[in-house]
Amino acid sequence: MKKNMSTINTTSVEPSQWELQANNPSERVPLVLGDNDFTTVTDTVTELALRRTPPMWYVAMAISLSLLSVLIVTIAYLLLTGVGVWGNNNTVSWGFPIVNFVFWVGIGHAGTLISAILFLLRQNWRTGINRFAEAMTIFAVVCAGLFPGIHVGRIWFAYWLAPYPNELAMWPQARSPLLWDVFAVSTYATVSLLFWYMGMIPDLATLRDRSTTRFKQLAYGVFAMGWNGSSRHWLRFEKAYLLLAALATPLVLSVHSVVSFDFATSQVPGWHTTIFPPYFVAGAVFGGFAMVLVLSIPAREWFGLKDLITHRHIENMAKVMLGTGMIVAYAYSVEFFTAWYSQHHYEQFVFMNRPLGPYWWAFWLMVFCNVIAPQTLWFTWVRKRVWVIFAIAVLVNVGMWFERFVIVVTSLHRDYLPSSWAMFSPTWVDLFMLLGSFGLFFTLFLLFCRFLPMVAMAEVKTVMPQAHGDHPPTRFDYQPSPDTPEELRRGHWFT
Amino acid sequence: MTEKNIYALIAEFDSVSSIMQAAEQVRDEGYVIWDVHSPMPIHGINQAMGLRPTILPWITLAHGLVGAAFGLGLTWWMNATTVPGLSPSVQGYEFLISGKPTFSLPANIPIIFETTILFAAIVTLLGMLGLNKLPMLHNPLNKNKRFLRATTDRFFIVIEAEDQQFDATKTSDFLQSMGPLAIEVVTED
Repeated sequence: MKKNMSTINTTSVEPSQWELQANNPSERVPLVLGDNDFTTVTDTVTELALRRTPPMWYVAMAISLSLLSVLIVTIAYLLLTGVGVWGNNNTVSWGFPIVNFVFWVGIGHAGTLISAILFLLRQNWRTGINRFAEAMTIFAVVCAGLFPGIHVGRIWFAYWLAPYPNELAMWPQARSPLLWDVFAVSTYATVSLLFWYMGMIPDLATLRDRSTTRFKQLAYGVFAMGWNGSSRHWLRFEKAYLLLAALATPLVLSVHSVVSFDFATSQVPGWHTTIFPPYFVAGAVFGGFAMVLVLSIPAREWFGLKDLITHRHIENMAKVMLGTGMIVAYAYSVEFFTAWYSQHHYEQFVFMNRPLGPYWWAFWLMVFCNVIAPQTLWFTWVRKRVWVIFAIAVLVNVGMWFERFVIVVTSLHRDYLPSSWAMFSPTWVDLFMLLGSFGLFFTLFLLFCRFLPMVAMAEVKTVMPQAHGDHPPTRFDYQPSPDTPEELRRGHWFT
Repeated sequence: MTEKNIYALIAEFDSVSSIMQAAEQVRDEGYVIWDVHSPMPIHGINQAMGLRPTILPWITLAHGLVGAAFGLGLTWWMNATTVPGLSPSVQGYEFLISGKPTFSLPANIPIIFETTILFAAIVTLLGMLGLNKLPMLHNPLNKNKRFLRATTDRFFIVIEAEDQQFDATKTSDFLQSMGPLAIEVVTED
């Protein structure tokens, strides 16, 4: 290994030991495994962007691009023909487009939760996974934004959503939750992008400095903006990161709350409930963590990141999934209680209709995927096997899509008047558009894996033992010596 | 070939503790125009270098308030105003819905909240870049091959020639006394 390893007090341990330690809270497994130092961590992460493309990347990219072309073709068909190509009808007026929108925007929540909330809570294990969870957020929001965009029907007038002085002498209605949604989702997309990009600046500089061709140096150099690791820069960078985390935390909680207001402020039985905002947020985090697991388990395998995205990371995410899954299960049962306790005829009908009506299969599929399947995560045997966790995470994603299907379709298909009752069945355009949205998501994600730093190198370095100097941890915090003059301790500048 | 001006002296270190001690010494020696470059933020380096806290949080707060005022003004103007004689294209539009008030703060809070966060977040990024004088398109340090490792695994002290105390020989001897891996002269170009 590297020559300086002998002088550094590392806490790296053998894999057999970390398995023993995994369940002992007083002895945590290190966040970076193996004989790694700053150099090898940088090599591992930059190798992917600068030198080697794993063969699996090409296979995955080919599949994703085919799915993306399916999306492009279905959208073109929709635009040329009209929204009648969807299965939406007069009774079930919100079909797949809104189901897909809520599904994708929910997926996005895990990224900001990991990057902002876990940062404020000082959960250092987030450093291994935050970068691509944030990337996932942005790509999920791109997929989410697509659906309301095409759902407005005349897509060439989508800009009417924005408030701007216009020749029609019209403004959007600011007291409507649909306009709140426009503001919430667009702010969320912007802030997530800023947060992701800002965190990446130091790592882009690393890629620039390690690039061997002029083109790569220029490309990474433009986006790194001249970053060279100055401590004066780091000071403001860290403060800005903290501020953005503090701003993103209430934002992420607000976004899915606002999405839930689209439903909760209506009069439709099954939608009109006060539990919707927290229920939606918990569901979003649940589904989002499932998607992070679905992406990170193959990614660490294919891209050789097992020392950085360790078993501890996977297990922690599985535990978050279990915890939020329990909140979701609780919310499901409270909905039934509320319906019974309300003594409201229509509300009670909806909640009898969900498990026993024509869409019983969607309801029970949702219960199986979201309530029963995650319960297996209580067992260590399950949490020790990453591919079992992967399978559960896939089930949770399926279940969360069906949750939105159940909320949207079963609440609408039995209207107040039986003469308005209708069934919803998706058309081929609906199905291929959903499939195609995964193509868009995975294409963007694979491009990110190939060309950008997948792991936040600078942040991972701060949680390595080498970042703490030779002092024992108690002396790690720097204390100025008593004979340092006061003005020097205070510093020379306002920075 | 003409003599190039010295831009700075750089000293390379390979561990956090050695760079911390070196930073304290440079600070105590009274240098002003100098810096520590590292691949990741070093905990405690601000005190070791004698850096003051940044004013960035105040900039963020101020623009958050601007964003809140913008959101409040926007929702009020859009739905609750009619100004006689004003061009219809900028005129507000009073939606009358079930006789409810055209301006009601609770219903406007979500939009005001989002504009607050939006303004504050954008200005936080721009403020960080601005205070750091980024984007920096040219820097003599980046020509130095050794210095490229500052973003990977090495730590550098950079004392610029602009500093009043800077003296090529004395500063070089001073840096040498701290036992770096290497010292190099970076010239202006």
